[in-house]
Amino acid sequence: MIDPAYGAMTILGLGVITFVTHGVFLYPKRAVRIPEWLQRGLKVAPLAALTAVVVPEIVLSHGELIHSWRDARLPAVAAATLYYAWRPGVLGPLVAGLAVYLPLRLALGW
Amino acid sequence: MFLSAAIRRRPEFRIGARDMSPVAMGIGAWGLMTGVAMVKSNMSVVEAVAMTLLVYAGSSQLAAIPLLFAGAPAWVSLATGFCVNLRFVVFSLHLRPYLMHMPRWRRMLHGYLTADMSYALFTGKYPKPPLTVAEEESQEAYLTGNYCVTWCAWMGMSLLGIALANFIPQNWGLGFAGVLSLVAIVCSMATTRLRILAALIAGATAVAAYALPLKLNIVVAIAAAVAVGLMMDQAERAARLLKGTS
Repeated sequence: MIDPAYGAMTILGLGVITFVTHGVFLYPKRAVRIPEWLQRGLKVAPLAALTAVVVPEIVLSHGELIHSWRDARLPAVAAATLYYAWRPGVLGPLVAGLAVYLPLRLALGW
Repeated sequence: MFLSAAIRRRPEFRIGARDMSPVAMGIGAWGLMTGVAMVKSNMSVVEAVAMTLLVYAGSSQLAAIPLLFAGAPAWVSLATGFCVNLRFVVFSLHLRPYLMHMPRWRRMLHGYLTADMSYALFTGKYPKPPLTVAEEESQEAYLTGNYCVTWCAWMGMSLLGIALANFIPQNWGLGFAGVLSLVAIVCSMATTRLRILAALIAGATAVAAYALPLKLNIVVAIAAAVAVGLMMDQAERAARLLKGTS
């Protein structure tokens, strides 16, 4: 269970963030300029945030680097990445990754 | 905005909806997995439904789920969600000339409902903002048709995922489906060498700094990647400038 007040606050906050980031330059009536360095920073930040979340979820278990190759997550991510290189999209890589992940995990207990 | 019959009656609404339909399958599958991942990461059904209806941002939801699960402080989850969502700041700057002829609440509502795919399709179809009233109306209808399909596919399948999640045993580890979807999103964003470098730095830093309390490793990783990204960009431009003058 997630603490209800904490969960509600985070969810509400994320909703506000969606609204604000989608609309920040639609709100003002006058024309707006943002400095160029900020624009460039904005281009790498989303990818940086996603990888920062994703990579530890793949290579760590209980806060330590995984020791064994017998972990279903690694081949699943490899399959998803290879599938993406072959046919870009979200659905295909997800299905390919799960097709590797679930058998390894359920049948072999990886 | 798709509740407005005046917009729905314009022919571009249908065209926009039709153009989005092939993508809707992928969006739906992603929504389904997000629904499952939320419940499988210990969120209650009420929380998962509230998150689906309010947040409406797949990647920032998926990024926040493991942080919530780990009990990271709210501000870390929010800062991460904010960074993941920063691309929409750029989109909103781009969409501004297309929407400025409308009243503020209408612009903001269109902005809120325009997600990645709608933005890409819409600006691909209309490289230039509208000049006449007729163009204003047809562009608005096309955009609305686009995101109407996205919104319905995402909401419907996310809610289905939440409903089905309890029938899926915990030991299948389907929370990981969310991570797998993010892998595809990461691939789609890693388009330039600079971005790939930033991603590598962010990933390595997040692992190396994992021992930091409060999930601060995520914040440190984003800061490091953005700092290096800005420096590399600056260096590249300086090199170009020098070549130009010599």
